[in-house]
Amino acid sequence: MNISIEDQLGLISFEVDKEKHIKVETSICRQCVDKPCLRFCPSKRFTLEKGEIVHNYEGCLECGSCKFACPKGAVDFSYPRGGYGVYYKYG
Amino acid sequence: MSEKFDAIIVGAGPAGSAAAYSLAKMGFNVLMVERGKYPGAKNVMGGRMYAYALNRLIPDFWKEAPVERCVTREKLTLLSEKSSVTLDFQDNELLEPPNSFTILRAKFDQWFANKAVEAGATLIPNIRVDDLLWKDKRVVGIVAGTDKLEANVVIAADGAVSLMAEKAGLKKFLAKEFAIGMKEIIEFSGKTIEDRFNLASEEGAAQLFIGQCTKQIPGGAFIYTNKTSLSLGIVVYINQLIESKVEAYELMREFNSNPAIAKLIAGGKIVEYSAHVIPESSRTGLFTDGLLVVGDAAGLLVNSGITLMGMDMAIASGMAAAEAVKIAIGKNDFLKKSLSYYEYLLKNDFVLADMHTFKRSPKFLQNTRLYSLYPELACKLFHRLALVKGPKKRLFDEFLEETKGKKIQIIRDLIKGLRSL
Ligand SMILES: Cc1cc2nc3c(=O)[nH]c(=O)nc-3n(C[C@H](O)[C@H](O)[C@H](O)COP(=O)(O)OP(=O)(O)OC[C@H]3O[C@@H](n4cnc5c(N)ncnc54)[C@H](O)[C@@H]3O)c2cc1C
Repeated sequence: MNISIEDQLGLISFEVDKEKHIKVETSICRQCVDKPCLRFCPSKRFTLEKGEIVHNYEGCLECGSCKFACPKGAVDFSYPRGGYGVYYKYG
Repeated sequence: MSEKFDAIIVGAGPAGSAAAYSLAKMGFNVLMVERGKYPGAKNVMGGRMYAYALNRLIPDFWKEAPVERCVTREKLTLLSEKSSVTLDFQDNELLEPPNSFTILRAKFDQWFANKAVEAGATLIPNIRVDDLLWKDKRVVGIVAGTDKLEANVVIAADGAVSLMAEKAGLKKFLAKEFAIGMKEIIEFSGKTIEDRFNLASEEGAAQLFIGQCTKQIPGGAFIYTNKTSLSLGIVVYINQLIESKVEAYELMREFNSNPAIAKLIAGGKIVEYSAHVIPESSRTGLFTDGLLVVGDAAGLLVNSGITLMGMDMAIASGMAAAEAVKIAIGKNDFLKKSLSYYEYLLKNDFVLADMHTFKRSPKFLQNTRLYSLYPELACKLFHRLALVKGPKKRLFDEFLEETKGKKIQIIRDLIKGLRSL
């Protein structure tokens, strides 16, 4: 089974908030050569657009990894407001 | 709501619900706050819970709880690129009394939280706790939006990424202390599952994989059988994942396509993908004035390689916290010294005892040879044994040949392994 992350995320239910729960200080990312966020995020929410890191909070699985895996401390992590975000049917 | 609670519990996972249920049964006024739409909405696990911990709280819980299958078959598979070696352990004594069950958290956590509500606890879902409420340098309640709620004690049961423990100054987050898990639920008919895993109905299998599936990154993969689905996933240490330059999601995709796995899941339908971090060795301070920390929030989890004990630790620590709160209420003293009784209880129960027994295992399990050299070696050895092209050698000679130049390292690892696991 070879399914893309977009298709995977399409299977999951989300209550999308207007407010971002994760904020990324991209000026710090410019100095980061390795950019591991492009790899460790299991739902690939970090992408590179025109050389800049972009974080898309929609589709975030709230796994918590970016809270501490960003080596530069560029990620300001919190959970979505109550009731918002992912809701698993199986878990 | 201006009343003061005996205890406010942040998070309705197994640790929170165990504490809420225990305190409510003791007759205390408890509030449990959960940020998800329902308890379990945010929660992910591989899929197997050992029964003994919950059985102490709710005897014979499996007669009413939404458990999937009772595990009677344990498999360990060493994977290389093209081949695999599997150890298959079948034991019907694991059925009576039940040793472990596969579960799905969205269903299970709702049931457990509801047990606490039936016992008299108040549950408020859809609310994120934003902060702890402080007075004279002690925790006296919680802050959620514009609401401030007071309690004698707050119990942080908010899981692996416990923002409450961090706010209390009890926790720092380090990537090397965490693993990341990714998981898929794949639907089948119950009959297909029983045929493929050689199971009687109601019985279940737990299969662990090490080797090629994590591309030599310390960690492993799993398959657990549910009633009509498989839980299939991968767990890797985050810092080594980063060093390896491998993409997390790629691991999940490639695991699915490994020939040994593809056969097991052929014809199934993926119905959910999920991910969560695991506090493999991230210990937290257990208490401070007015606050107790339980379950994953406190890093109370043991990974001994084959067994991952998180649920049982969460439940046992929730129960111990409730016991400590009861004593503290009796003394009307909620300061550190009084609440330290919680730690005493954990030390005398299996929780901290097991953490101590397996204190070396996180380090041992980060040895990359476990995920590269050994699975490779096992597969090659069996390949040599299986292949017939002419005169055969004795097993021992094949072993000597295959391990040339590596024997001292292997013996060292073996000794370390025996001391750690
Ligand atoms: C991939 C994977 C596989 C695993 N496999 C196993 C296994 O096979 N067996 C096993 O025993 N364990 C396993 N575990 C570990 C197990 O899932 C945890 O140990 C267990 O969930 C811990 O329970 P808990 O109640 O402490 O935390 P959680 O279950 O994480 O519950 C925390 C709760 O707090 C809520 N919360 C968090 N912050 C807030 C806030 N600010 N306000 C309100 N609510 C909040 C969350 O929504 C959640 O409901 C696995 C974990 C993972 C990720």
